[in-house]
Amino acid sequence: MPVQGVFVSNINCENSLRNTVVIIGAGVCGLSIGWQLAEAGAKVTIVEKSEPGRGATWAAAGMLAARAEAEPGEQALLSLNLKSQEYWPEFRNKLEKATGVPIGYRDEGTIIVALDRDDAADLEFNYKLQASLGLDTKLLSGSEARGKEPFLSPKINSAIFSPLDHQVDNRDLVNALRIAFVRAGGDLKIYSEVDSIVTENGSVRGVHLNGEEIPAQFVVLAAGAWSRTIRGIAKEDLPPIRPLKGQMLALRMDPNKPLLRHVLWAPKGIYMVPRNDGRLLIGATVEEKDFDAELTAGGILHLLRESWEALPGIDELEIDEMWTGHRPTSRDDAPILGPTSVEGLIIATGHHRNGILLAPITAKTISQLILTGDLPKEIEPFGIERFRKPKNRTPHAA
Amino acid sequence: MGMHDQEKFKIAGRDFSSRLLIGSSGFPNNQVMLESIEGSGADIVTVAIRRVDLSGAGENILDLLEDDYFILPNTAGCYTAKDAVLTAELAREALGTTWVKLEVIGDRDTLYPDAEHLLTAASELIRADFTVLPYCTDDPVTCKKLADLGCAAVMPLGAPIGSGMGILNPYNIEIIRSSVSIPVIVDAGIGTASDAALAMELGCDGVLLASAISRAHNPTMMAKAMRQAIDAGRLAYSAGRIPKKRYAQASSPEDGLIST
Repeated sequence: MPVQGVFVSNINCENSLRNTVVIIGAGVCGLSIGWQLAEAGAKVTIVEKSEPGRGATWAAAGMLAARAEAEPGEQALLSLNLKSQEYWPEFRNKLEKATGVPIGYRDEGTIIVALDRDDAADLEFNYKLQASLGLDTKLLSGSEARGKEPFLSPKINSAIFSPLDHQVDNRDLVNALRIAFVRAGGDLKIYSEVDSIVTENGSVRGVHLNGEEIPAQFVVLAAGAWSRTIRGIAKEDLPPIRPLKGQMLALRMDPNKPLLRHVLWAPKGIYMVPRNDGRLLIGATVEEKDFDAELTAGGILHLLRESWEALPGIDELEIDEMWTGHRPTSRDDAPILGPTSVEGLIIATGHHRNGILLAPITAKTISQLILTGDLPKEIEPFGIERFRKPKNRTPHAA
Repeated sequence: MGMHDQEKFKIAGRDFSSRLLIGSSGFPNNQVMLESIEGSGADIVTVAIRRVDLSGAGENILDLLEDDYFILPNTAGCYTAKDAVLTAELAREALGTTWVKLEVIGDRDTLYPDAEHLLTAASELIRADFTVLPYCTDDPVTCKKLADLGCAAVMPLGAPIGSGMGILNPYNIEIIRSSVSIPVIVDAGIGTASDAALAMELGCDGVLLASAISRAHNPTMMAKAMRQAIDAGRLAYSAGRIPKKRYAQASSPEDGLIST
């Protein structure tokens, strides 16, 4: 059944178990799927082990930047990212209308800067990649970049401007989604940890929660970095993901005289994101440290050194907050979306650094899959079966 | 094929099927890394021991690699001999291997090795029965000292790590090749296929690279290019290149031409 727009139309729920859905995890994706399903008339319970959106969703910077972040070998992911970015304005309008909560969507665009000759070579290399992928970005000189952001370092010699890469305040977004989900009739169980997923004869039956079984026709695994810790998932359905640690911090700017208005990428993978309330987010380290959640001197030094090089004016700013988070990173950095070998068990996790960006398309496609039984075209390349290919290589002779 | 082509690539008495070694860091994602390594035909893959998680529930890089490849842990990110020795010991604990690619970095901007600390760490690790493959400057004296200490190979840089500038001092690499009897593996600086081929033509036993593949626009395609470059360079070395001359020497015989 073809579905127009972001939102799936209402359906009839006759059978009492039909369209009962349990979603594990109230991150941005779990909440978005839940909201959309509840709006369509399904009976939805979201089970969350702490507060909604306190994992990667809270730690994120809310960049909606498919273009600036395009990487080699990830064309399929790029198409999905671009499609979701297209859905964002409608998703935002509907959410703000449903809740009256503004979510800090900003559309000034994203600037990527180069500080020395080597950075400039890298920048041009990336610009060529973006151009070859048909992305709408522009090369700027250093002074053109300073024309857009006057406090940029005089050392900046060139830049890429990506006008269509926007941002949203991810923490406001979580609060809005929570309200929208509950208003649409969804049941949110917080501080509740799923013991296991219950299956029977190859079909999902529900989840175990504090020894009690919640029956459901569909269970959606949306537990982000924690998705592998849920029991009752067969080995072949266990998503190949890992927590990828990131450290971040926020400085305080004068909201009436902000030091920065665009999202800014400095060399060495460091970005700065200005918020409406004057917070300036700086992120993020990328560390293979499992669920380690410590802030380190080296991590914060790296963030401050690289951001200070690009925007020396941060020197005077107060530190507002420092935190760590864990990206739910799949083997190929693309999300895992769709059915499993167990009927009714659906995966929506592994969004890596793109969870906020991909929330609208995740919600749209997963709810469509549940409501119609048809696998939407957009997520066909992102099923878990892509990781089940046999290996060609013979094992190393030890 | 000549006798030289049949020559096995051996380090510390162990045979390897490829002269190309791949660093596992810096790829766009782990899937691209796996496909690139497979396409490169490499047998040895280096892993930065301080940058992998060895304990957690998540899918780690070793789960993906250890069945199919010879894992060579490295001490990337170490700035002192002490640090490097501790990291090597950690790798031995975690991976059950005594092999280590020893890196002791002396400077953040150039990532040049610190020769003094490298020699200290190498000697300590060799005493503790490690098989040590040191990443070093392209300095024949340092390489000779490392060989004399009992390193299993020397790994001189072609150019700074990640710079992609190729082999900046081929004369030094040739001198190093002729002055030590252990394998010489060019490590760092390779930018494209011809750089890797040149290393092999100079007589090196192998090449280790990462960024040239991992940061290319098409990593898997570059991996294949590197595989062919290593093969071509080794064959050319074994076949024996002709000397460079100042004047032309026609390839057809010039004597006995029919004149009118």
